[in-house]
Amino acid sequence: MWRYVLRRLCYLLPIFIGISFFVFFMLHMTPGDPARLMLGDAATETSVQELRQEMGLNDPFLMQYGRYIKNAVRGDIGKSYITKSPVAHEVLQAFPATLRLALFAISIAILIGVPLGILSAIHQYSLLDNVAMGFALIGISMPVFWLGLLLILLFCVWLGWFPASGFDTFRQMVLPAVTLSTPSLAIISRISRSSMLEVVRQDYICMARAKGQVEWRVIWNHALGNALIPIVTIVGLQFGGLLEGAVVTEAVFAVPGIGSLLVEAIKTRDYPMVLGGVLFIGVVFSLVNLVVDILYAYIDPRIKARYQNG
Amino acid sequence: MAEARMSGEGGKQYKQSGLWARFRKNRMAFCGAIMIMGLVVVAIFAPLIAPFPYDQQDFMAAQEAPSAAHWFGTDEFGRDIFSRIVYASRISLEVGFIAVSIGMVVGGALGSVAGYYGGFLDNFVMRTMDILLAVPSTILAIAIAATLGPGLFNLMMAVGISTIPRYARIVRASVLSLRHLEFIEAAQAVGSSDFRIIVKHILPNCMAPVIVQATLGVASAILNTAGLSFIGLGIQPPTPEWGAMLSGARTYIRDYPYMTIFPGLAIMLTVLALNFLGDGLRDALDPKLKR
Repeated sequence: MWRYVLRRLCYLLPIFIGISFFVFFMLHMTPGDPARLMLGDAATETSVQELRQEMGLNDPFLMQYGRYIKNAVRGDIGKSYITKSPVAHEVLQAFPATLRLALFAISIAILIGVPLGILSAIHQYSLLDNVAMGFALIGISMPVFWLGLLLILLFCVWLGWFPASGFDTFRQMVLPAVTLSTPSLAIISRISRSSMLEVVRQDYICMARAKGQVEWRVIWNHALGNALIPIVTIVGLQFGGLLEGAVVTEAVFAVPGIGSLLVEAIKTRDYPMVLGGVLFIGVVFSLVNLVVDILYAYIDPRIKARYQNG
Repeated sequence: MAEARMSGEGGKQYKQSGLWARFRKNRMAFCGAIMIMGLVVVAIFAPLIAPFPYDQQDFMAAQEAPSAAHWFGTDEFGRDIFSRIVYASRISLEVGFIAVSIGMVVGGALGSVAGYYGGFLDNFVMRTMDILLAVPSTILAIAIAATLGPGLFNLMMAVGISTIPRYARIVRASVLSLRHLEFIEAAQAVGSSDFRIIVKHILPNCMAPVIVQATLGVASAILNTAGLSFIGLGIQPPTPEWGAMLSGARTYIRDYPYMTIFPGLAIMLTVLALNFLGDGLRDALDPKLKR
């Protein structure tokens, strides 16, 4: 087991290097001269050149990348063109709100999606199954931001039950979390259903029934464990989807998270901020995938067995 | 699994008709296909269908509720929302299909080369794909679109590039499963070039999962495009785009909700139709049918 964890940890390094290279390459490609942008239009050409020299912008690409990595390890991923404050600082300040939103949303998606999918599978082609899967299909077809706008329209403008913006109180968190959770909820319930359907057709389930086991025990003790394996994978992947959805959801509900930070930075063409945010999201997503893979090995005895001897 | 037993000349035709029958039996997929065809017709004949030009402003008739003259009402510049939605279908379909084509062609080429040659090349290509997959695709598209700057072409590139790894993985997996079968060995024995073997013998045999992925891919490309436009990347005004229309309508949500409802409905129906079609195709092409 530990060998597996260790091996999986080793995979992270090339991925981090890859993401940082991609982000740095993109940063390098952005239009405009960073030195000029920092000094403003009024600065003279010589002072811009001096700053370029000082910032190392005249060095070869790979040398600049090496310096970027060195700084990034120490938590410095550049300064914002607009506010001049360190990108890492602003990103970390915005992250808790995004994390809270994402965790709230994934909880809704798992707590409703998994039982819904499993019930749909057990009662395949029933009214519940059809209605749930119909809603699931609509759920994955709806743009998140449109759903957010519709919820604002219904619950804020017409009914007045929830506030339309802010992210401090529980009531303010409900609408963004519901909005963000919807596509994940839809996907999780679809996967749960098909995974369960696959498992209940296996011979060992038939065997359990043949022995005379009561139905709920067949499902709960025999089927659920194996049905969970693909569900865990998809939940992990959904976390990436949640980070994407969070960008637009935060923009709709004015949640002060990384998404809003990105959108604001895009509007003001603050490239270090945009790409710093992207770097951060990439790193977080990789770490989540790591946790999911380890969890996966924990649930799936086949992976555990492969690393048991030797 | 009737077609597994079929062989010889009649086999192919039988297999295709079986596929068609299964597809037709799936009413949702059939509905989806018809809706998509309808949308393509609307996009092609947009100037004939839209009652007004998409950029015709009329400040005397700004923000009117839906009426006989303006079916979906007018926006803050007095432009007819129905006409703009009709014209915007062009952008969405264009971005959807071209972005998916970019992803499919580049990803397919990388995946088939990686799978066919294996070894270092395979490792290099697939590890690069892993890195791209390590960033969620919309975030990747945001990074690319923000760097390239706004515009339709850049948007297509951004959404297209972000889907490359998915196709590379699917095609590679299929190529690996075919690579050592007899008919490939036979082709090698008669001296076919690698290029010919990949294009003529391998790729046609791994199209099924790619087609399904592409159909669902157009759906997610359209969603992605709308999302990027919504946050200010991508299509610039006055060109109508569903996501950008929603972004503009947001300010007026309290007083003029219809401005928000119709463009979103257009996105949802389009994506829903593509998802119907993709699910139906998967059921029809998947030999391990769940039904």
